[in-house]
Amino acid sequence: MTEPVLEVEGLVKHFPVRGLGAKGVVHAVDGVSFRIGRGELLGLVGESGSGKSTVANCVMRLVAPTAGAIRLNGTDITRLSRRALRPLRRSMHMVFQDPYSSLDPRMTCGQIVGEPLDVQGLARGRDLDVRVSQLFDRVGLRDELRFRYPHELSGGQRQRVGLARALAVSPELLVADEPVSALDVSVQASILNLLRDLQEELGFSCLFITHDLATVEYLCDRVAVMYLGQIVEVAPTRELFGNPKHPYTQSLLSAGVVPDPEVQRSRTRVVLEGDLPSPLEPPSGCRFRTRCPLEPRSAPQSHDEEPPLVDVGDGHLVACHLVRRGETPDLYRPLEVAR
Amino acid sequence: MSLLEVEDLSVRFDTDDGPVHAVDHLSLTLGESEVLGVVGESGCGKSVSFMSLLRLLPETATVNGTARFDGVDLLRASGSRLRQIRGRQIAFVFQEPMTSLNPAFKVGNQIGEVLRRHLGLSRADARARAIELLHLVRIPSPERRVDEYPHQLSGGMRQRVMIAMALACDPKILIADEPTTALDVTIQAGILDLMRDIRERLGTAIVLITHNLGVVADVADRVVVMYAGRKVEEAPVHELFARPQHPYTNGLLGAVPRPGAGRLREIPGRVPSLAELPRGCAFAPRCPRADEITRSNVPDLRSIGPQHLVACFHPGPDVEAVA
Amino acid sequence: MSFVDTSAALTVNPRARRRRLLRRRFARRPLAIIGLVVALAFILAAILAPWIAPYSAGATDFNALLAHSSSKHLLGTDELGRDVLSRIIWGARASIEAGVLATLLAMAVAVPVGIVAGYYRGWADAVIARLTDVLLAFPFLIVAVGLAAILGPSLTNATIALGIGAAPALIRVARGEALALREEDYVRAAVANGASDARILARHVLPNMLSTLIVQATVAIPTAIIGEAVLSFLGLGVQPPTPSWGVMLADAQSYLSQAPRLAVYPGVAIFLCSLSFNLLGDGLRDILDPRTTR
Repeated sequence: MTEPVLEVEGLVKHFPVRGLGAKGVVHAVDGVSFRIGRGELLGLVGESGSGKSTVANCVMRLVAPTAGAIRLNGTDITRLSRRALRPLRRSMHMVFQDPYSSLDPRMTCGQIVGEPLDVQGLARGRDLDVRVSQLFDRVGLRDELRFRYPHELSGGQRQRVGLARALAVSPELLVADEPVSALDVSVQASILNLLRDLQEELGFSCLFITHDLATVEYLCDRVAVMYLGQIVEVAPTRELFGNPKHPYTQSLLSAGVVPDPEVQRSRTRVVLEGDLPSPLEPPSGCRFRTRCPLEPRSAPQSHDEEPPLVDVGDGHLVACHLVRRGETPDLYRPLEVAR
Repeated sequence: MSLLEVEDLSVRFDTDDGPVHAVDHLSLTLGESEVLGVVGESGCGKSVSFMSLLRLLPETATVNGTARFDGVDLLRASGSRLRQIRGRQIAFVFQEPMTSLNPAFKVGNQIGEVLRRHLGLSRADARARAIELLHLVRIPSPERRVDEYPHQLSGGMRQRVMIAMALACDPKILIADEPTTALDVTIQAGILDLMRDIRERLGTAIVLITHNLGVVADVADRVVVMYAGRKVEEAPVHELFARPQHPYTNGLLGAVPRPGAGRLREIPGRVPSLAELPRGCAFAPRCPRADEITRSNVPDLRSIGPQHLVACFHPGPDVEAVA
Repeated sequence: MSFVDTSAALTVNPRARRRRLLRRRFARRPLAIIGLVVALAFILAAILAPWIAPYSAGATDFNALLAHSSSKHLLGTDELGRDVLSRIIWGARASIEAGVLATLLAMAVAVPVGIVAGYYRGWADAVIARLTDVLLAFPFLIVAVGLAAILGPSLTNATIALGIGAAPALIRVARGEALALREEDYVRAAVANGASDARILARHVLPNMLSTLIVQATVAIPTAIIGEAVLSFLGLGVQPPTPSWGVMLADAQSYLSQAPRLAVYPGVAIFLCSLSFNLLGDGLRDILDPRTTR
């Protein structure tokens, strides 16, 4: 296997909370490891509070990790200073969730897209204009939009501007943090298609963060599922959707809605009881145990012991005591529809 | 006999940029204990139309048409009559459960307040009924939760409290505006189950306003698709998903990634601004079937099957997008 | 890929469009227009005093001491026979000068300090934030009076005192803005671009807090104008015989029973001048508020 573009090992991010009397630590990310190969799209899926966005911010070094290691093309960037990081920012960029707040309202779209090239000293003057023009063309924006301000564009157009900015420096890694969830349904499709086309054309690797399983299935090569700051399951997309093993992944898959009443109404649904535990005091042992429908079977081991993420074959990794014991949960069987 | 009959509802906002027609001659009916899905994207008028029925819109809005409910025209009813209906017979659940609950009061008191005001219950009775309602919406250990503040509850729990509050007076109609949009999928699943349960056990008719076709596929009996303030298609749920007629409905269905499907269908362009609507069919600039007629005329709704209406000059199930 | 855009015909130059939009919004706020007109009138009067004032500020007319208004002296004269209208026009110079310069001084101090505190956080922020809190605990005028007393009486020193006195409130505003802006996705995107802090502050943070700062400045001006009047009234600002509204008020004290109008006219001038800037500031706040965009 060639060297991965991104390697994350034992990533931890804790946010200290100081309140009246209360003092604690939010365990946003607690020991996350994964790697992304060249040209690979890894989907990182999780619900709110799972820490998926914090992983993105750590990888981009927009926040400083508490512990662990992040290697970009083999270079450890975990502790590099902002200044030392600057040249490395040619190798990675990011698309943000909100197309409204991610573009500076005081700059024209052309300036926004050109800024990374300018900052990195990759293009100046006339050359910069040409490069920006090419980028606009590549993301399907009319050239004259270069002179418009973000507020004059629609959400979909703005997200294209964001994508053009991220790809301006031809990064090897693109981090996409919920890039379509703020858009109208009818616009989402075109952005997802664009992302897919650009990836095929340019061959960058991508860390795609989302809460939407259907999007991941459409776009990604591999999927990692996060729950409360940890990865509970990783597998190639087909394998994960066709043969989910972790009870959380199973309930997540069962809960997703399909726009087809025949299919949707015949599905079994695993409804999780209880609330997401507070990341201030994550449960001991298996983090999912407080909501796991199979907790009676896994107790007491699941209370005392944190299940390690182990390979069960073919690059399918699961962190579940039951799976390890050979009692793979069977809460939900995916329907074999045209798969 | 339908429970609610809306006819020719139009809502106009007078803004700095001139009049904006948020809802344009919308007619629809809601049957007893029916779940009606109203689907559309931002700015299509789906929320505004139902808020206008209970006169919850700001004063810049001009509302025309009729809305018959229980022998009363909601749009012309007196303020006191409307107050009796609002919350008591027609109840609302909003998208954002946090901002709809008052953070300063215990949830039990907030539900109790509704009961005491509308039904004149005593403090003790109201509390007992509040616990019952929390139980009904399947909040675990309601005896304890009743004394908690909104911030102590998770997003899903808060939405359940909102639904409990809406159900407090046993309304005939529950209007739920994007009730699951702010929630995670696993939580959404529970809320959808709850909706189904409410309809079955209490016979409440539900209007489910959403942009999510999957949600509609899950619980709705009948679906209305809205675009730019107009109803563009209406059909029973199975019919709509099996034989979508309007190109917009077709487009929406093709735009959602689903297992096994190929490349996503794109709807080119953007959701139009209501202040700058095109002259003909509002969807024409984005429509693969658009032609001269479409661009200069507004299509009327017409029936093309049992209970199936569509506003399109060229209806039909999917024309494959030119990829 | 086909691409349809419905707004294609609308725009030529976005800057021109934005200016047109702002003008249109401004036109819908009559109070802001009144504020602008009156404020401009005061500024013009101050600049053009030598040409439009009927008399020079010190010219005395011994035939008309404490005279009522007449065609010769529109607002009458004071105890030395000086024309009140002329003195109010000349006095506008001190007020406007103090108001504008003190505000500029305050901004020059507050903006860099506030931005550094808000953007970098850390111990510097903690120190600056607590310090402004302490300073804000003192009423603005008390601080200004104290400083003016230390610096010695003169218009320049009064202006400096007022500027320093106004700085803490502006630091707080600038810090708050910087604090909010550093969390904006476009600032994070600039970090991802690899931009230096200096570039981020100059290109992204400062321009985006500008409209808030303009509003704050417009509202700070009347406070400084009143402050100048108070300092001059107390003898800590403009020194007689140089005219200033505060000095005129002080002089009028002795004749309050005989000629109350001597106190009323400069009082009205102070009132109108500060009101006009406040109305303008409120209007600008509404107009420039990003939430009312469109």
